Amino acid sequence: MTKSLKGIKRRTLVKSGLAGILATGVAPLVLTRGTYAQEYCNAPTGDTVTLGFNVPLTGPYADEGADEQRAFELAVEHLNGEGDGGMLPTYTPSVLTGQGVLGKKVAFVTGDTQTKADAARDSARRMIERDGVVMVSGGSSSGVAIAVQGLCQEMGVIFMAALTHSNDTTGKDKKRYGFRHFFNAYQTGVAIGPSLGKAYGNDRVAYHLTSDYTWGWTTEESMIASTEKLGWKTITPVRTPVGAGDFSQYITPVLNSGADVLILNHYGFDMVNSLTQAVQFGLKDKMVNGKQFEIVVPLVSDLMAKGAGPAMKGIYGTSNWDWQLEDAASQAFTKSFGAKYGQPPSQAAHTAYVQTLLYADACERAGTFYPPEVIKQLEGFEFDGLGNGPTLYRAADHQCFKDVLVVQGKETPSNPFDLLDHVDTASRESVTYDPAIFGGELGPDTAAMC
Amino acid sequence: MNAILAQLLNGLDKGGAYALIALGLTLVFGTLGVVNFAHGALFMLGAFCAVAFRQLITLETVTLDPEKLSPWGAPLEIRTPLAQSWFGDFGGVLIEYSVPLSILLAIPVMAIIGIAMERGIIKHFYKRSHAEQILVTFGLAIVLQELVKAIFGANPISQPMPSVLRGAADVGMWLGMGPNVLTYPWWRLTYFLFATAIIGGVFAFLRFTTFGLVVRAGMADRETVGLLGINIARRFTIMFGLAAVVAGLAGVMYTPLVPPNYHLGMDFLVLSFVVVVVGGMGSLPGAVAAGFLLGILQSFASMTEIKSILPGIDQIIVYLTAVIVLLVRPRGLFGRRGVMES
Amino acid sequence: MNATAKTLFSMSRRDLITLVIFALVVLAMPIWLSPLGAAYPGLMQKFAIYAIFALGFNILFGLTGYLSFGHAAFLGVGSYTAVWSFKLLSMDVIPAIIFAVILSGIFAVAIGYLSLRRTGIYFSILTLAFAQMSYNLAYSVLTPITNGETSLQLSLRDPRVLDLAFGPREPGLPSASLFGHTFSGLEAFYFCAVVLLLAFFIAQKIFSSPFGMMLRAIKSNQTRMNYAGFNTRSYAMTAFVISGMYAGLAGALLAITDPLAGAERMQWTASGEVVLMTILGGVGTLIGPVIGAWLIKYFENIFSAFNDTALTHFFGFVPDGLREVVVAISSKFVGEGWQLTLGLLFVLVVMFLPGGIMEGVRRIRGLFGSGRTPQTGAVSRPQAAE
Repeated sequence: MTKSLKGIKRRTLVKSGLAGILATGVAPLVLTRGTYAQEYCNAPTGDTVTLGFNVPLTGPYADEGADEQRAFELAVEHLNGEGDGGMLPTYTPSVLTGQGVLGKKVAFVTGDTQTKADAARDSARRMIERDGVVMVSGGSSSGVAIAVQGLCQEMGVIFMAALTHSNDTTGKDKKRYGFRHFFNAYQTGVAIGPSLGKAYGNDRVAYHLTSDYTWGWTTEESMIASTEKLGWKTITPVRTPVGAGDFSQYITPVLNSGADVLILNHYGFDMVNSLTQAVQFGLKDKMVNGKQFEIVVPLVSDLMAKGAGPAMKGIYGTSNWDWQLEDAASQAFTKSFGAKYGQPPSQAAHTAYVQTLLYADACERAGTFYPPEVIKQLEGFEFDGLGNGPTLYRAADHQCFKDVLVVQGKETPSNPFDLLDHVDTASRESVTYDPAIFGGELGPDTAAMC
Repeated sequence: MNAILAQLLNGLDKGGAYALIALGLTLVFGTLGVVNFAHGALFMLGAFCAVAFRQLITLETVTLDPEKLSPWGAPLEIRTPLAQSWFGDFGGVLIEYSVPLSILLAIPVMAIIGIAMERGIIKHFYKRSHAEQILVTFGLAIVLQELVKAIFGANPISQPMPSVLRGAADVGMWLGMGPNVLTYPWWRLTYFLFATAIIGGVFAFLRFTTFGLVVRAGMADRETVGLLGINIARRFTIMFGLAAVVAGLAGVMYTPLVPPNYHLGMDFLVLSFVVVVVGGMGSLPGAVAAGFLLGILQSFASMTEIKSILPGIDQIIVYLTAVIVLLVRPRGLFGRRGVMES
Repeated sequence: MNATAKTLFSMSRRDLITLVIFALVVLAMPIWLSPLGAAYPGLMQKFAIYAIFALGFNILFGLTGYLSFGHAAFLGVGSYTAVWSFKLLSMDVIPAIIFAVILSGIFAVAIGYLSLRRTGIYFSILTLAFAQMSYNLAYSVLTPITNGETSLQLSLRDPRVLDLAFGPREPGLPSASLFGHTFSGLEAFYFCAVVLLLAFFIAQKIFSSPFGMMLRAIKSNQTRMNYAGFNTRSYAMTAFVISGMYAGLAGALLAITDPLAGAERMQWTASGEVVLMTILGGVGTLIGPVIGAWLIKYFENIFSAFNDTALTHFFGFVPDGLREVVVAISSKFVGEGWQLTLGLLFVLVVMFLPGGIMEGVRRIRGLFGSGRTPQTGAVSRPQAAE
């Protein structure tokens, strides 16, 4: 053995070894110059601070992603004192100045999550490692949000989740570095229950079609809990792949199942497809068990209502926010967004905008971008004037608590954007729950070096 | 029983799409001997013919109404489609029937694309290995889908069906089972009938015309036909064009069912190859039979009763069938001996 | 002992030089990638990992001509295994890699045993079908194992029996480590780089061994080999399994650099990507697939970030009115349109340069110093075993 290592072989080892040592010795100097000076990941050094907006621009939730991106850009404009300021004036208690954050101009980078966890994490890593962002925001799929939130916890970068509605995001998968302003599936269930009972009675049989991932599962669970409380029965739910396109093979069995309500736990283009296809199958005109067949979509947005068109008429769902709300903050935001983009903002855009403002404000109050301090400012923060009324960022699970809207597809829209009727509001108290029911741990807030 | 009938119906329209795509794929393979991984992209291009046609006839003029204000204080926009302002009611009809009408656009466009593809690229690959054919057509498929993405964007664009065909037909009534027992959407029935008609047309064309005779002879023995002094190359070019048209038409009519996006072709490509292999490489009846068979199998596999016995079967049934057929009967259901065998 | 060791470690002078240069290039990545804007750990790790994936794929496709369209399945199996090893046993990378390679090997044996009964396009379709089945199942009913669409991740309550036997549970999510030393981003890259060098060395040995010769013979004429009394299927099988294990190794490294495993990495388009890498670089050559992998990953990560502003700057020399047109046209090919450029490049390569970039290099070298370049085994065309 030793003998065979002589000659060329040993030279190989020595040479490649040397090369390795040389490279390892030199490389860190080249690559990470300046990194040693900072005490946390991507501490902003120049006169700008960079935020990363990671949204789906392709895949089933691309419409929502594009709208989130619009809102992020608008928020950055307002933070830097450009445009009409949007919700900056209505937001209380605010220390935002409209001159950047902590005296630094806000810059941003964007990335496409493709609505896939793998790609989203790649994109977020790119932002953190290559572009040096100090905060990541975005979402549009809870699977993606949870994956990116996990990465951000490891890297020590704050994640301000935008559109993610699964209970797990601030439940079993919650993280110290992750914050969610959007409501969740549990709150949807609680909020929509009374309206469904009032409209459809207490003797119903529900059939669930569910997107096969964390959001679908928790929505299904929450909807079953709340409808069974009304006295409804549930047929074994059917799971459908995300981005299936043609849902007909899952809809045909509904026709003969004896169910008289179809609950579509789908979102984005999936919901647009499954709803229009269900309507094509004549489900809305059907009579079962002597009752009119009904369809329910637990989570709706303007964008989906627009995509589904007439199929959306009369269908119940819940929303985090709606541009037709009449408080000053909502009006200011709608005006600002509409003037820039020629269309009203969706709930996804709203939550993206709000999260950016909340982060900037927390940094301002903390007087630093140092994540543990920023986290302290956000935890237990009570605020108002961002369109949802008085809102609490609960410290125990980093979930926002505020009113939840129950909406219904409008029968006769007065303009192309007037798609949802606001039929009921579930109060903040009614949708507050014990954080222990979902388990999970936030983990430590120690700063990491990326 | 009704549940089974409903799934059978559901399998028919899906199967129709599979059969149409597989038919074109088999035509190309059987005549030109080329394995075309860009065939799914042709289906997608067909679908985007419908999108383009609708976008053309719904080009709008925008006028501002200063009387009414939008919620953000800008004057409300009034949009009038050009077709409507030029042709009046007839323009409205055009828009209403845009999907079936775009067939008229798709036929020449797809034929040109097909012939250009064959003359430009495919013909250089007749003598090269199947692996190289797969590679070049795979690359071509990427180019085509990215072009569509660059032009039409990444999001699906929904195409409304004519309102007379919205809603569901009461199939149960026709079969004497009473009202509302078995319903099925009109457009899906239309798709099935359309697929059957196209398939019938292609078979009749090959069976009853001299052109078809020569092509069938060429499929059986290319060299001999060439020796007889017949210009088989030109006919094969036309066959490629025909295959592209068939795929394109399948795509056009599919748009109201699922809004097309640039990725549609890749989604169908794998399936259609599986269909061709199950039917038997180079066998036209095989492609059609396997298309419908797999469509129906996939529908049945989605039934709750079956899924409770074999969980996840609905996700893999198509591939599983392909694996079993390939291992047990490598020629496929209808394949001839000697095609693509070592 | 001596004899085996000798054959194991002895190399031709040419191979040795290649290995040394390759090692220099790989280890010096943080230096020479810096001006290209690609010297951040996340991307360099991908360079190393996908190079391993492509190297392995090339052992199958480049040598035997069997075109697998389902290789991403092994990558996925490797990733899932590694993450499970992290969750159940230990954050140490060694068991993760060992289990990942073994399990993807077993997976490859099963799929290879069935798929290699057919050749040519039938083989391609079979591998494609198996990979799609794995992908679809990972997404649906295997959710308890794969966590479906949400992706398999570490959690605070993972058992990690080995780690916890030696020390208390520390707060926060752990990261991958080697003998107790936790990797930083750059260290993780060097770890991947060393594994890549090892994988490259093994590939070199396979290429120059009698076994490699047998595999090449399968490609050129399998029937003749069979008549000559060789059991070609067992050779092809070995190549298939080795190549599956390479993919599993790459999958494990993906999980080491980022402890998450998603089903998407098993999808057939991911299998298509490794085909693109191999062909673009030069199928059948050692270096080619590696270059192909680097090129595609560079495109995906850097080229895709080009936007209109950058283009306007780039075309600064073009007169004003014309510049907008040039920018408008070229913007379709960079940024989000990078895949269009890639597709075009790929079509051109397959049509005019079937040996990929390596053939291009050889041709250029041939132009200047004709006759001096050795031609042996340098370039081969993609060709299916039929």
